[in-house]
Amino acid sequence: MGGEPRAYKRRRSRGAERRAAGLSCHRTVTRLGRNIGIFVSTPGSCSNPQIRRQQGAAMPFGNTHNQLKMKFTSEQEYPDLTKHNNHMAKILTPEMYERLRSKQTPSGFTLDDVIQTGIDNPGHPFIMTVGCVAGDEETYEVFKELLDPVIEDRHGGYKPSDKHKTDLNPDNLKGGDDLDSDYVLSSRVRTGRSVRGFCLPPHCSRGERRAVETLSIEALASLSGDLNGKYYALKNMTDAEQQQLIDDHFLFDKPVSPLLLASGMGRDWPDARGIWHNDTKTFLVWVNEEDHLRVISMQKGGNMKEVFNRFCTGLTKIEGLFKDSGHEFMWNEHLGYVLTCPSNLGTGLRAGVHVKLPNMSKHAKFEDVLKRLKLQKRGTGGVDTAAVGGVFDISNADRLGFSEVELVQGVVDGVRLLVEMEKKLEKGQSIDDLIPEQK
Amino acid sequence: MANSFTRMISGRNTAALLASLGAGTLATGFLLSENSSLAAEAKKMLYPPSSDYPDLRKHNNCMAAALTPAIYARLRDKVTPNNWTLDQSIQTGVDNPGHPFIKTVGCVAGDEESYEVFAELFDPIIKDRHNGYDPRTMIHPTDLEASKITNGVFDEKYVLSSRVRTGRSIRGLSLPPACSRAERREVERVVVTALAGLKEDLAGHYYSLGDMTDKQQQQLIDDHFLFDKPVSPLLTCAFMGRDWPDARGIWHNNEKTFLIWVNEEDHTRVISMEKGGNMKRVFERFCRGLKQVEHLIQERGWEFMWNEHLGYILTCPSNLGTGLRAGVHVRLPKLSQDQRFSKILDHLRLQKRGTGGVDTAATGDTFDISNNDRLGKSEVELVQMLVDGVNYLIECEKKLEKGQDIKVPAPVAQFRK
Repeated sequence: MGGEPRAYKRRRSRGAERRAAGLSCHRTVTRLGRNIGIFVSTPGSCSNPQIRRQQGAAMPFGNTHNQLKMKFTSEQEYPDLTKHNNHMAKILTPEMYERLRSKQTPSGFTLDDVIQTGIDNPGHPFIMTVGCVAGDEETYEVFKELLDPVIEDRHGGYKPSDKHKTDLNPDNLKGGDDLDSDYVLSSRVRTGRSVRGFCLPPHCSRGERRAVETLSIEALASLSGDLNGKYYALKNMTDAEQQQLIDDHFLFDKPVSPLLLASGMGRDWPDARGIWHNDTKTFLVWVNEEDHLRVISMQKGGNMKEVFNRFCTGLTKIEGLFKDSGHEFMWNEHLGYVLTCPSNLGTGLRAGVHVKLPNMSKHAKFEDVLKRLKLQKRGTGGVDTAAVGGVFDISNADRLGFSEVELVQGVVDGVRLLVEMEKKLEKGQSIDDLIPEQK
Repeated sequence: MANSFTRMISGRNTAALLASLGAGTLATGFLLSENSSLAAEAKKMLYPPSSDYPDLRKHNNCMAAALTPAIYARLRDKVTPNNWTLDQSIQTGVDNPGHPFIKTVGCVAGDEESYEVFAELFDPIIKDRHNGYDPRTMIHPTDLEASKITNGVFDEKYVLSSRVRTGRSIRGLSLPPACSRAERREVERVVVTALAGLKEDLAGHYYSLGDMTDKQQQQLIDDHFLFDKPVSPLLTCAFMGRDWPDARGIWHNNEKTFLIWVNEEDHTRVISMEKGGNMKRVFERFCRGLKQVEHLIQERGWEFMWNEHLGYILTCPSNLGTGLRAGVHVRLPKLSQDQRFSKILDHLRLQKRGTGGVDTAATGDTFDISNNDRLGKSEVELVQMLVDGVNYLIECEKKLEKGQDIKVPAPVAQFRK
């Protein structure tokens, strides 16, 4: 980097420009580069300078700078991705960067905004992160040249022409009320939803975030019956409330992961963030964490059918309440439900259980079986944690290209099989005849 | 499915919602494009400044003390010529409420013009932080004539090392919170090219953070020269960690007494240091090096950001003026136990830190003692105050060793009205 001086136009120094204009250094503001307009205030008028009409977006986060970067070549701006291992770094090329860098979505989200988290987090040789985020619904359209291949790579070959099915009818799930509670300790289904017309967490202003919170509180307040519940704003909760939420494992905290922070999702914490849950603590909504809404249905034991029932009922009710107030969720027939991270497109659904598999998990074929069943394992602390005491979090690996019912069915059938295998191994029997085909 | 656009423009509830946020008259029909996020101009009208005003009730920093809804309303929609906004300036202060005892600044400049475009906010912050200095009316003196320093060699029985640091920004390029990758690389190129022109005791070598070998890295760590990716949320929330370690690096002379950090918290941080108590020599090298670097960049048509009211312009308002912190590592076993220690330091306009730098605790009886002030006094004045102050502290220590009593000195005169 510090070697040959690059070709760069010699320019008159700012001070020289100012003196030439006959203005005192302190109060003159001139600018080089593209002619968007000269901002000049005369001495004494500092209290009332002209407000320049802005090109492009006004707020809040880095995007207005985009056109000024055009005075540098694409090569001068191109990020150094030589040590990177994430989907964005695999797909982005200097030519693609050149084609996309002058664009922005209507709300002003730019290519650099999309990829900043992937630049700042080179990734891990073994774990492939996504490395890009959406700032609004239109990001997936304006930057499709980058995001379509990222999506295809991440979602098992999902093509730009593919259509995604949405199926939130719990009656279509077969079984699922019969998982052995001696092994399956808890069952959980989560997804996310974004409110159309508002920017997503990386890009939203405080005003937009608060509007999303207000809409969510209103909708959730209308839920009744077993979905009757209460909202706890993160910035207002009492110590007692906070402790209770921690004990219930409901509380989410300010993100510490650099993956999230580098994309701007932690701004203004804890403003307009909160947690809603029903009185029976089986249905939970996070507001303005990594997405506008994260919706979670959970309970102890193995009755995934009941969990999924409540999940679908609750989601459908919430969607209806939003529509009543003139709002809808971001959705289209190609990408399904639109969320901040491309990895959560489609269903945004992770259905999982905490299940005891001390023998199975030590079996040589454990990983292979999971792969065939299209399941993934995590520790019981969630993503990026280790399993404790032979208890694993087992959930669906896919999000996009399969309906909600299909994915939950896969978890139900897969976990039933894993428990069967565990029981066999306990008795010292072989599981070879139980190994499934690749789905 | 019913057209969501029609639903939106006919949705009285949307209007009610936005009205509850403080929006004025709405012409939502023509402002909203079908099914899409609001275009920027539309957003400005539908989200008035009051809907975006940050919640600063639990905050204790200079920005939170100075910002009002009225100021925010006037400044929110302005941009500097580099399109840097108020929201970006204050983001770090919003995200870091601060500490009841430690008052951080809570805002940064994205470019030189930030201090002018957002003067309505920055001026009171500058006054607050710099003892009443008024940028509208006062002139900041710059003086880098090291020969003026007197009594600048300390008793090495007490003073273990001496150090002077400041920062410099390259005029015409955005500051670390705002700069694009190309701008940051340009800063690196300009500075490194200039440093290659230094000679004799100032001749040295540049180590790019991204390219250094493990061996080079270990050497820099052992020398206590290496800076790492910022972890402090005060810096990361101000967007200073972006693209790390691209275009960041460390330059130092062969004798390891003159060191420059490139693109860390400022375009450049310039450090002169050596073991022992010869502060005069440290400051002499500091001034000489700074002047030579300035000359070398001027040869190529560049200059440092500077003006007569704010002195040298740096990213954080706390570093305006001289940006200078002159300090020593000094052993004061008896004085540090005396309950008058803090007051003595305060009157001498000095601060103590642990030997790890800011926000560290002192180990044993060795302290980092440096000047409090940055703006309103020249470099020579501040270093002389540090010299006089440290000499006084050493006198106190010697007196206490002999069992004699010490006096709290009268406070140094300030310019606060």
